[in-house]
Amino acid sequence: MAFYVVQFLTGLASAASLFLVASGLSIIFGVTRIVNFAHGAFYMIGAYIAFTLTDRFAGAFGFWGGIVAAALAVALIGVVVEMVLLRRIYHAPELFQLLATFGLTLMVEDLVVLIWGPDDLLGPRAPGFKGAVDFFGQNIPSYDLFLIVLGPVVLGILWLLFQRTRWGVLVRAATQDRDMVAALGVNQKWLFTSVFAVGVFLAALGGALQIPRDAVHHAMDLRIIVEVFVVVVIGGLGSIVGAFVAAVLVSELNAFGILIFPKISIILVFLVMAVVLIVRPWGLFGRPEAPARKTPGLTVNPWRPLTSNERLAALAVLVVAAMLPLVAGNYVLTVGSEIAIFVIFAVSLHFLMSVGGLASFGHAAYFGLGAYGIAFLAKMAGLPMIVCLLLGPLLGCLGAAVFGFFAVQLSGVYFAMLTLAFAQIVWSIAFQWVSVTGGDNGILGVWPEKWAASPSHFYWLALGVAALVTIALRIAVFSPFGYALRATRDSALRSEAIGINAKRIRWTAFVIAGTTAGIGGALFAYLKGSVFPDNLGISLSVDALVMVLLGGVETVSGAVIGAIVYKALNIWLVSQTDLSKLVLGAFIVLIVVVFPKGIVGMLEMLAQRRGNASPPGSALLAKPIESAE
Amino acid sequence: MSVAPPLLAVEGLTKSYGGIHAVRGVAFSLRAGEILALIGPNGAGKSTCFDMLNGQNKPDSGHVRLNGEDVTGKKPREIWRLGVGRTFQITATFATMTVRENVQVALISHQKQLFNLWGSAPRFDRDEAGRLLELVGMGGYADRPCGELAYGDLKRLELAVALANEPKLLLMDEPTAGMAPRERVDLMRLTAHIAREKSIGVLFTEHDMDVVFEHADRIIVLNRGTLIAEGSPAEVRGNPQVQAVYLGEGLVYDARHREGTSA
Repeated sequence: MAFYVVQFLTGLASAASLFLVASGLSIIFGVTRIVNFAHGAFYMIGAYIAFTLTDRFAGAFGFWGGIVAAALAVALIGVVVEMVLLRRIYHAPELFQLLATFGLTLMVEDLVVLIWGPDDLLGPRAPGFKGAVDFFGQNIPSYDLFLIVLGPVVLGILWLLFQRTRWGVLVRAATQDRDMVAALGVNQKWLFTSVFAVGVFLAALGGALQIPRDAVHHAMDLRIIVEVFVVVVIGGLGSIVGAFVAAVLVSELNAFGILIFPKISIILVFLVMAVVLIVRPWGLFGRPEAPARKTPGLTVNPWRPLTSNERLAALAVLVVAAMLPLVAGNYVLTVGSEIAIFVIFAVSLHFLMSVGGLASFGHAAYFGLGAYGIAFLAKMAGLPMIVCLLLGPLLGCLGAAVFGFFAVQLSGVYFAMLTLAFAQIVWSIAFQWVSVTGGDNGILGVWPEKWAASPSHFYWLALGVAALVTIALRIAVFSPFGYALRATRDSALRSEAIGINAKRIRWTAFVIAGTTAGIGGALFAYLKGSVFPDNLGISLSVDALVMVLLGGVETVSGAVIGAIVYKALNIWLVSQTDLSKLVLGAFIVLIVVVFPKGIVGMLEMLAQRRGNASPPGSALLAKPIESAE
Repeated sequence: MSVAPPLLAVEGLTKSYGGIHAVRGVAFSLRAGEILALIGPNGAGKSTCFDMLNGQNKPDSGHVRLNGEDVTGKKPREIWRLGVGRTFQITATFATMTVRENVQVALISHQKQLFNLWGSAPRFDRDEAGRLLELVGMGGYADRPCGELAYGDLKRLELAVALANEPKLLLMDEPTAGMAPRERVDLMRLTAHIAREKSIGVLFTEHDMDVVFEHADRIIVLNRGTLIAEGSPAEVRGNPQVQAVYLGEGLVYDARHREGTSA
């Protein structure tokens, strides 16, 4: 019995940090309507700076002062970020806000390694809370007891702040109706900045307070952000009480999940989240959101199928690409195969994101599942390659069917958070379930059969499949189904009023996109000859998003161009610098702020301006981002 | 008792938000081919009432029957399948599609081709789409992007979309709101013409009394959630209670008011 009590208390202690970070995210979302993906990054910087400060200044004052100073310093960084970056994108479509803050996260990951090095850092123990309390023979660290008390105290302080101060009243008012608050003469700029600062302060404090418990390392941002997303999805975005209750719930589930499913404890959290989503899609304490802004929505040019001349041109390009093995060496062909595979991956996400308006932040899960499907079939069942290629992607299909069912219950930012959380869950399973997946060591020796083994043959295979997949999805875009999917994106109200069941349409699209991604993953497994958890990791999901965005999120063929350009650049970049995440993150932020139409979008706009000589003076990049309202 | 049930029959429809009774015990019926106007001052509960008819909103109690079938609490898409078209107070269209494609999507849904992954939507039943657009006078706009239409044209497009499933009943929430006066008259004439020709029942809410009195066969008046009058345009026009509601009781110095027996 005492053991369970201790386990319970450990869970409560973990909940404190989680609550701090989640409440910060909720407050920021409530007022600015931005889901701050960079929140985990601020948490991590908080921990690093606290480590440095507490390392330098010993003693009780040095420790506690260091923790608070670290949180304040990070809040200051947050203010700078808000003023320099976020103010430019408050009116942009959601997708761009999510991506910009995600780009920030990537940059921070490389920056902390640059400053603090790649090794785990062990922080000092808290003065005054170094010992443990004996509880019927079980030890409870006294610092845990401190955290258990701290959680409700912070909740109380926040409550007072929101109920008893003028600033709090403004924040609550803005959470309900921003425009009305602005109309009443409140300076929105500074309200937003101060709210962002408070939210970031809470995140950084959460990170700083973790250092006596956990090592500080450069991957802690993603771990916390996924847990935080789960917390706010369960508790309801914008609700601080919800964040508290859900943080406790999730932490306890983690604490006891280890006892029930030691290998894959995260399953329990997932099950609870699934139940909450079905019963209350907007979370336990949240309110249903107004319909989200449409994800694409920079222009209104209707899509059209290719003309016969354009089809011939595309065919000619394909023929030229197919002649590459006549001139290129093995390395170039391998790169070519990889690019073809990423074209498959990008067009599959494009179908979901551009056509369906559903920006998945965890699309790599289905790519990776396809790869693992191949590994299982080829290595364990020993099936021939053709059979593997046909059956392997079905694992991606299955994953998409299960997760997609829950994900399509939501839309907008909730959808993005949920898909990210699902992907992370799949990653954890691949990482933790060593007996089946090989864990970190992956599954090696997945080589193609002889007929596809040479680089040129494999290149042709990848190119052929990529062409087929691209054509098939293009047909789907212009099929009745594709139009129904776009209809649900353009107007939920109208599509429901003409008999379209949006959830079923979106679920189907999710499964199609997941299966297609699985095809890409299957080929990828053969290309690399191995499968690792990274094949379904977050950075791969982000790659897919950037490919679609770079090509042009509102175009039909942007994903293909984006994948080719991005992958080629990426391979080159990785060979040139160790700071690829920093460059990539900066690149994402840059696209979002100054280049939101992407390559194909820009080309189309130029072609159109030539065609119908638009009025002079409308600068090419004037108003690069405009909301779709 | 072999009388066919009316096209639309509403009984005891009630909805409250918190302590506010938005709609209280509203009952009326509508025959095929009849044009019925639902009027009332702002906040009378017209939109709430309307939204409960096509499933946008669920009533607390009461029933909505379509040709005798109880459709209370069904989803909008299910009610649409039973032959109810709807236009919105603020137009809801597909902004990234052309005008024709907007109609085509409705046709695709009507012909149960939503999960067809192979065919071509831009070529889907162009004849019928063109016919519907001609009907509302939008034939020349078929290839225009919907996002750049003027508001009056969007209203006409919505009508074409609402007609795509060969409806038996049209629900039009303020069909002429936001339109120029000329356009208002034209649109309602068109609607009335189509309704009479195809024997479609039309229920519409409207603030423009010229439109209401010119086109409605019958008028029902809602005030503070309850029906206060029902009848032909002439009867409703002469109804003192309706006059009081519209002109404001404080301004109507009739005998009843002076005696203090307020409505």
